[in-house]
Amino acid sequence: MSGPSLMDSLFQPSLEDLIKGLRQQLIGEQAFISKSLEEIRKEIKSTDLSTKSTALLKLSYLSNLHFQDMSFAAFPALEVLSSPRFSHKKIAYHAISLSFHDSTPVLLLITNHLRKDLNSTNEFEVSLSLQCLSRIANVDLARDLTPEVFALLSSNKFYVRKRAVAVVLRVFEKYPDSVRVCFKRLVENLENSDPQVLSAVVGVFSELACKDPRSYLPLAPEFYKILVDSKNNWISIKVLKIFSKLAPLEPRLAKRVVEPICDLMRNTGAKSLLFECIRTVVTSLSENESAVRLAVGKVREFLEDEDPNLKYLGLQALRIVAEKHLWAVSENKEVVIKSLSDADPNIKIESLRLVMAMVSEHNVSEISRVLVNYAIKSDPVFCNEILGSILSTCSRNLYEIIVDFDWYVSLLGEMSRIAHCQMGDEIENQLIDIGLRVKDVRPELVRVARDLLIDPALLGNSFLHGVLSGAAWASGEYVEFSRNPLELMEALLQPRTSLLPPPIRAIYIQAAFKVLVFCLHTCFMRGKSIAPSASLDNLPAGVSASASYESFDDFSVENGADVAVVHGQTCASAPITKESIVNILNMVELALGPLLGSHDVEVQERARNLLGFVDLTKPEILNSSIHEKRDSEGKRVESSKIIKLMHDAFSKELGPVSLSAQGKVSLPDGLVLKENLGDLEMICGDIEPPSSNSFSFGSPYEEEKDGLSFSNLQIRDDNEQSNESTSLLAAHRKRHGLYYLSSGKSEMISNDYPPASDHTLQGDINDNADDLVKLTAESLIPKRKPKHGKPRPVVVKLDEVDEKPVAMKQPESRDDSLSGAVRDVLFGSEDIPPTSSQSNLSNSSKRKGKEKQHTDPHTESKVSAVGDGNSSSRRRKDRSQGKERRHRSPRKKNDEERKDADQKEKKKSSGGRHKSRQRAEEPLKVPAQTPVIPDFLL
Amino acid sequence: MIHFVLLISRQGKVRLTKWYSTYSQKERTKVIRELSGVILTRGPKLCNFVEWRGLKVVYKRYASLYFCMCIDPDGNELEILEIIHHYVEVLDRYFGSVCELDLIYNFHKAYYILDEILISGELQEPGKRTIVRAVAAQDSLVETVKEQTGSISTIIAQASK
Repeated sequence: MSGPSLMDSLFQPSLEDLIKGLRQQLIGEQAFISKSLEEIRKEIKSTDLSTKSTALLKLSYLSNLHFQDMSFAAFPALEVLSSPRFSHKKIAYHAISLSFHDSTPVLLLITNHLRKDLNSTNEFEVSLSLQCLSRIANVDLARDLTPEVFALLSSNKFYVRKRAVAVVLRVFEKYPDSVRVCFKRLVENLENSDPQVLSAVVGVFSELACKDPRSYLPLAPEFYKILVDSKNNWISIKVLKIFSKLAPLEPRLAKRVVEPICDLMRNTGAKSLLFECIRTVVTSLSENESAVRLAVGKVREFLEDEDPNLKYLGLQALRIVAEKHLWAVSENKEVVIKSLSDADPNIKIESLRLVMAMVSEHNVSEISRVLVNYAIKSDPVFCNEILGSILSTCSRNLYEIIVDFDWYVSLLGEMSRIAHCQMGDEIENQLIDIGLRVKDVRPELVRVARDLLIDPALLGNSFLHGVLSGAAWASGEYVEFSRNPLELMEALLQPRTSLLPPPIRAIYIQAAFKVLVFCLHTCFMRGKSIAPSASLDNLPAGVSASASYESFDDFSVENGADVAVVHGQTCASAPITKESIVNILNMVELALGPLLGSHDVEVQERARNLLGFVDLTKPEILNSSIHEKRDSEGKRVESSKIIKLMHDAFSKELGPVSLSAQGKVSLPDGLVLKENLGDLEMICGDIEPPSSNSFSFGSPYEEEKDGLSFSNLQIRDDNEQSNESTSLLAAHRKRHGLYYLSSGKSEMISNDYPPASDHTLQGDINDNADDLVKLTAESLIPKRKPKHGKPRPVVVKLDEVDEKPVAMKQPESRDDSLSGAVRDVLFGSEDIPPTSSQSNLSNSSKRKGKEKQHTDPHTESKVSAVGDGNSSSRRRKDRSQGKERRHRSPRKKNDEERKDADQKEKKKSSGGRHKSRQRAEEPLKVPAQTPVIPDFLL
Repeated sequence: MIHFVLLISRQGKVRLTKWYSTYSQKERTKVIRELSGVILTRGPKLCNFVEWRGLKVVYKRYASLYFCMCIDPDGNELEILEIIHHYVEVLDRYFGSVCELDLIYNFHKAYYILDEILISGELQEPGKRTIVRAVAAQDSLVETVKEQTGSISTIIAQASK
């Protein structure tokens, strides 16, 4: 046995050898590592602890920096831990805190080692053990070692005590019942004179207060004292953090702490402390005008500083202020706008957020203009950041800040033309969504869509395909607002559409179908007395696809009247003649003929539909043009019937679909929804799911043809009945006055645009920044006067859409029980009913005494923590009796009441622990009615 | 509280990792890959803060090493910068004008020093001298033990038992 051990010890490569070897290896890093791991696996089995510990050290090196698995060394690590030598222990603790986690199987075996070292006389061993506990503590470890940690909380070696204090936080988290044991001592340490211990305690409380600030209100006097007295910046920062959590809960406390915080802000030289003061004021004391003014003044200093860190933090602070005090932002708007062209992307994004925070319905167009100008000049990443934030801000809450939708739609068009734009899908969604929801914007929408469709250059940019599909859909659906449908037709059928992916191509074809039907209809019905709407009912049922539309009759008539008036205009600007119709029909055949052989079913089907329609109507149109009216009168009626039918089918309005629409559909007989479709997965595994697009907007294309989705229609019906009658009349009147005016305006805007290719250099941007600052100088201030003479158009809303199903986030039970335990200790426990004055007498009188003579720290500390001697004596008893105490609860009766609440907490812990946790929850309700904050502060 | 501490060289080599929150080995590699991608590509003279997965990472470059610490969103960035600087100063004092090689060959010592400064993600000792003294005291404890056992004569004595 001694032989190999000797050889091992003598020739074992040390950590240094390993590192050197790793740096000089010739066989490749991975190969060298696996070779070393082989060695380590052997060495770690050695009986010699020195060999073992060196192996362990090497292994932790490899695990830590080269991410090798070291779970196999869990038990050897424990063996090394049992060594009496400090050097071994140190290596073992390091390895353990590195690799152990809650599911490490040997975790249970470590308890006694830790306990032994926690009780060691060597302070360094204690410290190692505490470090390790802070990292690996789980419920069992925390429970079993609570007494040791408790003892260390009053250790006379500050080196140990401050660590014990820091570890207590972990113990509390893992095992809330330890609060009952340790809390008082923890609070006593708030009086400690040693700054390190004090810093540790305050650190623990600032973490605790993050989770449940209300429980720590009673300790406010102690914190206040520290805030006023502390000369240590580390401590002040932590105390400020605590107050930023406590102050919002108790207005009187807020009033009290404002002064000292402002003093700190004025006098401190440390930027970190200054920043913490600023943040505390802007987050928690924003009611206090003068403090906020002071803080904003300091923020301005930050913003004007050379240091990018301070600038960044200044912008952040400003963003917090902006929620309540917009003036602070407008005071600093120049810096904010300039920061949009900062060299640092983080600062740029921060200033962008700040700008977006300023957006309101009064300035949205000015801000968007400035931002779009920036986007044109920025790098692609930031450009899309800007566009994304414009889109999300403007669409927030169903476009609540948009008044002028014409402007917004043309902005969408502009944005999609920006060279770096990659937000195509979002723009597509908004184009369609606005089209569906806002009736008044449709003429402008069609105009914007036409401008997009007609530009062959856009077809080459794959990021814009989404936008184009949205535009194609809008122009097909709302073609009656188009000034020149023939032009639209050409745009939809242009040869470069072959660059589009098949699904979008299918949308194009369908849009072309709608435009064609519209053209034919306009052409044939013009000048003739249009057949009464009754014709719809006369049609043979076989041809009619509109059985499901009957409920719409009254609406469609109204809409038809609408359209008829629009015709007057469209035909004036671009008369649709027989020849042009024939041209179009030829063009359709030419463009779509090849698509009959398309590999994509969707494209093929749509093309076939359209061509079929052309085949049906074309001969008659040609005939009629040759033989004039009389000959084929009978036939023409038939063909115009078909056209009329198709037109009617297409002129049904599509509405937005509620998120919960599916829920309104009654379940058809014989449909089993709960059936397990697991088997299908195997079959369909490799088939791509359909694009979500077809679900989101009630899939207009399918509906019109087969009329199957009656569910959608029903819902639409409901929704339209409500607002249709009221808005239709007004909408109709408005539409015409607006028509020419708006288009002229937005054309002007697009003219003064710098071309996308004209990229200005970085230096240029900075020059421009000044101009832009001037340009936006007034625009960032919210204006009071209404800009637009016309009222905001109706935006169709569905009641359910707004209510997002927000899952109520249940606070973790562990946190609950932790704060419950803290309350239990702090507010005195329930053997004193909080309302009864007699039993509370000693408690309250002591508090009052303390309030008056708070100069005496000793009495204060005794009183403040628990209040009554009874509980502290109980605690001492508890400590001596160890775990037994939990079973001897003096409040059995309460346990009975709490039985049902206990049902929820299914923890596989012992009955004793259950009971104590019940107790922990109990006082949650009790202190709610009792204002516990001492008057000292108020 | 600090969630983790990373030391990454300019070439993207990891020199030290310390995790105060729970991350599995897999997550750790991912975190490091993500963060070194973000941090190493940032130019000089930019701010030292990066937002990352809803947390904040504060980093600072000293010579060829990036010191990174990850904190909660409401943590104080400037305070963390001071802690980083504090750590570097202590390292400097301990090794005597520290360089990357010192940390490479004494990776465990860098840890021991870090453990003196931070515990469970909180600063525990802002005094440089105190820390160096404590580390030195522990070193001497280790050394005396080594002297007793490390010499060849002891090993031979053990072996010939």
